[in-house]
Amino acid sequence: MTTLFLASVGIEHFLTVGALLFCLGLMIALGKRNAIGVLMGVELMLNAVNLTLLTFSRFSESDRPIAGQTFVAFIITVAAAEAAVALALAMSVYRNRETVDVDQINLLKS
Amino acid sequence: MEGSGPVIAFWMLAAVTLVAAGGVLVSRNLLHAVLFLILAFIGVAGHFVLLSAEFLAMAQVIIYVGAISVLVLFAILLTPRASRDNGETKAFPFGALLAIALAAVFLFVINDTDWRTVSESPGLAPEALGEALLTTWVLPFEIASVLLTAALVGSIMLARTAEEEAEDALA
Repeated sequence: MTTLFLASVGIEHFLTVGALLFCLGLMIALGKRNAIGVLMGVELMLNAVNLTLLTFSRFSESDRPIAGQTFVAFIITVAAAEAAVALALAMSVYRNRETVDVDQINLLKS
Repeated sequence: MEGSGPVIAFWMLAAVTLVAAGGVLVSRNLLHAVLFLILAFIGVAGHFVLLSAEFLAMAQVIIYVGAISVLVLFAILLTPRASRDNGETKAFPFGALLAIALAAVFLFVINDTDWRTVSESPGLAPEALGEALLTTWVLPFEIASVLLTAALVGSIMLARTAEEEAEDALA
């Protein structure tokens, strides 16, 4: 079983990489103190989701096999827009508060 | 996926991607974290090639490695006092615990499910993606371009200073 697992690469392998990458991204996004570090975690999670979508698109039987790749193309577009807005927000917060530490950005805390 | 070439490539790419993502997590300097992030993006692009999505692999390299990483680097360099440190919040143990639990669930589901798969790749050329984007999905495609324009105008509005706004009001 182990040798078979190592000798040929199937859907499980790609899904495992995607799942582990997603969880590492989640750990970074939840744990980092710097807002830009949090954003890096979110980007990693988006990449993991793209990888998983493409894995299913490659290994599943479908009438329209190109649909999965189209979906990923749109996700990459939206991720680029999201990154631009998030970094502009970080700049704006830094200008007003002199910090991008998410522990110290607590304006709504009474 | 049979044959030694793709298998070796897969294991090397998987190692590079996951080690680089771990490097983002553990590196103390945020600039080093960005360099690890770029390496992880390149690893994911390699996986896209293995999954016979060549166009998306190129798009990944151009957009993530070329554009988003540079944007992140700029943001780090423009927030000088705040952002060399890449430390964790007090909530990090809970986040790590949650992520590890989620990883365990994912791995159980992946290994427990009996996936029905096709062994051959659908063999899609990059032309097929272009054709699909401009015929079946032309409306989402146009909406995506409007979204990008709106997002970029919005981020310029957010990022400029009060003085710049005052200058624009005079002009």
